This record gives sequence, C-alpha cells and structure tokens, in this order.
Amino acid sequence: MSPSSTTQRLDVKKTYKLYIDGQFPRSESGRSYVVNDSKGKFLANASQASRKDARDAVRAARAAFGGWSGRTAYNRGQVIYRIAEVLEGRRDQFEAELRAAEGISAAMARKFVDASIDRLVFYAGWADKVAQVVGGANPVAGPYFNHSAPEPSGVVAIVAPDRPLMGLISVVAPVITTGNTCVVIASEKYPLPAITLGEVMATSDLPGGVVNVLTGSVAEIAPWLASHLDVNGIDLTGVEDAELAADLEVSAAENLKRVRRPGLEDLVAPPPLDRMTKFLETKTVWHPMGI
Amino acid sequence: MTKFEYAPAPESRAIVDIKPSYGLFIDGDFVDGHGKSFKTISPSTEEVLAEIAEADDADVDLAVKAARRAYTRVWSKMSGAERGKYLFRIARIIQERAREFAVLESIDNGKPIKETRDVDVPIVAAHFFYYAGWADKLSYAGYGPDPQPLGVAGQVIPWNFPLLMLAWKIAPALACGNTVVLKPAETTPLTALLFAEVCQQADLPPGVVNIVTGAGETGRAIVSHPGVDKVAFTGSTDVGRAIAKAVAGSNKRVTLELGGKAANIVFDDAPVDQAVEGIVNGIFFNQGHVCCAGSRLLVQESVAEEVLAKLKRRMKTLRVGDPLDKNTDVGAINSAEQLAKIRELSEIGEAEGAERWSPKCDLPQNGFWFPPTIFTGVSQAHRIAREEIFGPVLSVLTFRTPKEAVEKANNTPFGLSAGIWTDKGSRILWMASQLRAGVVWSNTFNKFDPASPFGGYKESGYGREGGRHGLEAYLR
Repeated sequence: MSPSSTTQRLDVKKTYKLYIDGQFPRSESGRSYVVNDSKGKFLANASQASRKDARDAVRAARAAFGGWSGRTAYNRGQVIYRIAEVLEGRRDQFEAELRAAEGISAAMARKFVDASIDRLVFYAGWADKVAQVVGGANPVAGPYFNHSAPEPSGVVAIVAPDRPLMGLISVVAPVITTGNTCVVIASEKYPLPAITLGEVMATSDLPGGVVNVLTGSVAEIAPWLASHLDVNGIDLTGVEDAELAADLEVSAAENLKRVRRPGLEDLVAPPPLDRMTKFLETKTVWHPMGI
Repeated sequence: MTKFEYAPAPESRAIVDIKPSYGLFIDGDFVDGHGKSFKTISPSTEEVLAEIAEADDADVDLAVKAARRAYTRVWSKMSGAERGKYLFRIARIIQERAREFAVLESIDNGKPIKETRDVDVPIVAAHFFYYAGWADKLSYAGYGPDPQPLGVAGQVIPWNFPLLMLAWKIAPALACGNTVVLKPAETTPLTALLFAEVCQQADLPPGVVNIVTGAGETGRAIVSHPGVDKVAFTGSTDVGRAIAKAVAGSNKRVTLELGGKAANIVFDDAPVDQAVEGIVNGIFFNQGHVCCAGSRLLVQESVAEEVLAKLKRRMKTLRVGDPLDKNTDVGAINSAEQLAKIRELSEIGEAEGAERWSPKCDLPQNGFWFPPTIFTGVSQAHRIAREEIFGPVLSVLTFRTPKEAVEKANNTPFGLSAGIWTDKGSRILWMASQLRAGVVWSNTFNKFDPASPFGGYKESGYGREGGRHGLEAYLR
C-alpha cells in the first residue's frame, strides 16, 4: 500500500526468523536471504541459518527429548491434535502464504492446507497405536515373559521437501508423534510458511525444542547435521541432489545414524508406515516367570 | 572354596570328518576358488584343521550371479509354503546332525562343548524352524498385504557364534524369498561349510545359498558388489561404519548388528546368588566373545562388597580349558589377534589405575587363553569401561541411586543390551524404560530365542534379527 495514501494503513511486515527451542531467534550469523514470490517479487528476508544455529538446534532437541519421549503416548497425541486445531484456525493465513510463495490457485492452496491439517490429525491418532501395531509379545521357548515395544531413536535431523506446508508436516509429524525430537531444514525455496508454522507449534502446547526449524541453504546446513554426533537419525526426503544425499549418508555413518534415503513420494497420498518406523528402535524386555 | 576334582570328560571328535581342504560353495557345488587359501586352526591347540579357499572378486561375482539366477528362476517364483518346507528340512537335518555340528563348532571356535551342544546348535535348529513357518504367512507380518523379497542378500558374519549367526542371517532371508551369499569369519569357516552339505542333503535348489570363505577383502567384495540388493552384517562397529559408508547413495538395504558395552545393574534388593550367576553368565559365557555381554557391572554401593566377594568365590569354581571337555565352563580365546587385544586393554586397565583380579587358574600350554578377570575401582572414563574388550573381562563400577545407574548405563555410544537385578517389579519396568538398549534382561541375562527380536540402539547398529521384526530386513 502506498504510504502517500492517507486513508490506507501501512502494513506491518513480519520478520521471519528461525524457530529454535521454542524461541524465534535470528541467525547468530546475522545473515538473511531474499525470498521472492513466484513472479520474482520480493516477499521477505528469511534467516540464513549457520552451523552454529544448527548446533544450537540440536542441543535444544536433545534437551527436549527426555521430556517429550517420556510423556504418555496419549498426551503426545493430544498435543499433535492441538497443532491441528490451531492450524485450522489459521487456514486463511496459510492459504495466502502458500499462494504468495508458490503462485498456486486459491483452491489448490486450500487443498494443501486442509490436507496438512488432516495429516496432523492422522498422526495424532497414531501416537498411542504404533506400539501395539509394531510391538508385541514374543512366545519364547522357556519360562520367560518377553515383549518388544518401539521407542524413539532420539534426535532426528530432517531435510523437508520443497512443498512448503504439506511437505514440512509430512516429514515432521511422524517423527515427533513417536517421541523423537527434531531439527528440520525447511524448503530452501519456500521457507516462509515453515516459520509461520513454527508460530502455530509455539502456541500448541508443543514443548520448546521438540521441533526446531532452520531456514537457509540445505547444502550448507545439512552436512553439519549429518555429521553431528548427538543426532540419531536423518531423513533426507528433501535432498534433491543425489551426490549431496550420498555425502550426507556417508557423514551419517560416522555414528550409525538411521538414514531415510530420498525418493519420489506423493505427499498427499496415505503415508508409508516407515515415516514413523525408520526412527523407532525395538526394545525387547525379558523376565523369568516363576513363583 | 575349592574346585571339586573332576575326571576329564572329553566329547569324542570321531563324529566329525574334517577334510584337509575346502573349496567355496557356489551354485550348489563345492568349487575351487581363484584366489589364495588360508588355514583354519583350533584355537585351543593351534593345530591346523584345514586349508580354506579365499574367495577373490571373481569368486564373489560367480556366487552373486549364482544367487541371482536362483532368485529369478527358482526361489522368488516358488510358493512360500514350498520355501518353508525346505527350511523345515534344513532345521530337521541340523537336529539330526546336532552332535556333529556341536563338536565341529567347539573345535574350530574354541568354545565349550557344553555351550555349542546346549545353546548354539539347538537355537540354530529352532531359528530355521521358526522362520520356516513364516515363509507362507508373510502377508500377516505387518509389512503390507503382499510383501516382496529384495533379491540377493550379501551376508557377513563373525566368529563368536559362527553357526548361530549363519542361521540368524540365512533363515529369515530364505523365508522371505531372497537368495544369499554368505561369508563366515576367516577363523571359523568349518560349520558354515558343513551347513553347505546340509543344503545339499535338503536338495535346496543350487544357488539359493552360497558360502564364500575369506577375510576382510572377500567381505568388501560382497558388500560392494552391484548385484547385491541387501547387506546384513554382524561384527565390529568400525567395520559396520565402513559398510554404512560403502553403501551410501546406493539402493542397497542394510542391517548392522555391532558392538556393545552392556551394563549389568545389580540393586541392593536383588537375590544375590542369582545375580552372581547372571553376572558370570553375562561376561564369561562364550569367553566374553559376545556383543551383548554384560561387560560393565554396575552394583549398588551398599551391596558391592558382598556381591564382589560372592562373585570372586564363584569365579574360582570356573573351569577353563579343553573346549571338548563336558565340564569346561570357559574355553579358548578365538585367535591370537583377539587374545592380543584382550591383553592390551587389560594392561591399559591396570595402567589407568583399576585393580585387576583373576582366580588362580592353570591355563593350557598351547592355544590362546585368558583367565576370567574382573577390574574393580573402574571409573567411567577408563578405557576398559568404554571400549568393547570382547573377552572374559568385567569392569566393576558402583552407583547409589537408580537415576545414577541409568545415567552410567546409558553413558556409552553403544546400546545393544542391559541387565537389571532387583526384586522390585516397578523398578524393573522403570529401569527397562530408561535404558537405551535393544535388549533388556531383567533378573536373567544372555537369553536368546528365535521369536525374540535382537539388535541395538545408537552405535550398536540398526535392524532387528529374530521374531516378526526380523522379517523386515528382507522384505519390501
């Protein structure tokens, strides 16, 4: 809006920062990069996260892991559902952001926003089912109680695909539903809706540090996460460069991270179970039976 | 307390027929390799047992191609029920030849006949029996309505449980419709080669199982072969890392079962005599050559003195010696190389200030031997508390509160197993939930069963072997 108009109010523009440990800090590097809309018009400056930001995010995720994984599955489901509720209330905002970012139609943007909300509801329901689906009692040949149950791997690094909202939720929700905490690198091209989603998570009873969102260069940040020894798993879904993906997998091998390799996937289709199980460990407990 | 004098009770070697030399088992037949050969020896006597072919790249290539042919033409087309029947046959033949396998394993590996006879071989047969039954029920396993095999599995196994690790690898792979190229460890190839004979007796179609012998180079050739769809490895964390790097960027699926440094945690209310048996079983079973060995004893401070006194008394009764003697509790260290590693780390333990103790123990003149050993006064920073020794060496630490026990137990990059000894049920369940380890034994230790998934957290690797979970590694 033109400032010369006396009847029009000047927009208050949002500063897009990172989302780390429940806070919205700027990149410690002081860097930002220009994000344009689909027609090349300036939208905003996004924070360009650095190695230090990535490490801060991992530290926050590690600190949050004990509390989050220690909650009851029912409670985690409630929190994920709460994110869906809060997102539902912001449908118009996200529709506008997606249209601005991708230049898609209102109908298409609405479809992605709604699918994103529904995906959260889907995972909210999984939280207290997954242990029953993938765990169980083991009939061992001896007088022992023996059962297996899944537990979260720990801190998971994620490279989100280039679908601003649906892409982010499709990779983050399954990982945190089961009790992991994560550091996610948002779509480099469409970082803004990811940070706005951070605002949703920050107001949804999700403890700070469970999800940490970085924006910036995947090629710059991802190697630090892949080689970080306090990261237990890495999801490479959004890594489009095959050579970079292979390099990241090599770095990840240093501490035997669980790696989900990139691959074509229809994000709107019902998601594969391994979005959850790839970052789950099976724990088997034995106890003798006797009197 | 003194040991009873036992008359020697050696198991007869007459049941095994060790040939002077062995080739590779490729496409259903024993063939000469293109490479060199190496000797396998008895670690308890250093006697040369046989000359073994060392498979080179060309041999591995032949084996992978044979496995691929068998996969495409026969095995992937066969109904699950028929595949299962082959596995049932194999299980039965192993049961029929159990004594032979037990004696041969004991000779080649150095482990006591008591263990090969009562643990290794029965679980091997049970493992084939278990997965045989899955072959026609895979659609019920929770991996989709119509799960498919991956293709050719390249499998590399260690020397500590040679035949058992073979069973853990081959049984689920075949049940799911894959074919395999398996490399046994260079120091323990004989039971795998005897297993090849079992495949022949079972009329298993040629190429479904291929056994290629050799050392690290042969293993690398398998892992990096482009015709291999899946890599399964059990062994050291360092080699596991190298494998994970080697397959990066490929479509190969990987499961790794690697090292450990398990905490065996004894609370003050534990039944002490049972706990002492569990500690002994945890670290001296199989000479401590066990990735899930309870190699760090965490004992509650208030009972540390009592537990240690009883532990030492019990250790004095352990019989170390001839693996084929049915009274033997602790056999030979598997190789000169492993013995050197155990000695080195034990010396480091002393140099770093821990106190070393072993019962008086007459060790045989020839062969590779190490007495059951404990270190007390160990701190978390000591290398003997952090690194896998893979021998009969126990590091003892103490704790005061359950929280401290959890912190110390989890203070390791490994996460394979853990033990808890307490009379209090709620404490067992809380501890079990806090320990970052794939297998938690409470008031027991070192129990294995085909129905029970086994595998690690963190740097102990990924994937599970055993149970319904064990199918996942071989299906898509």
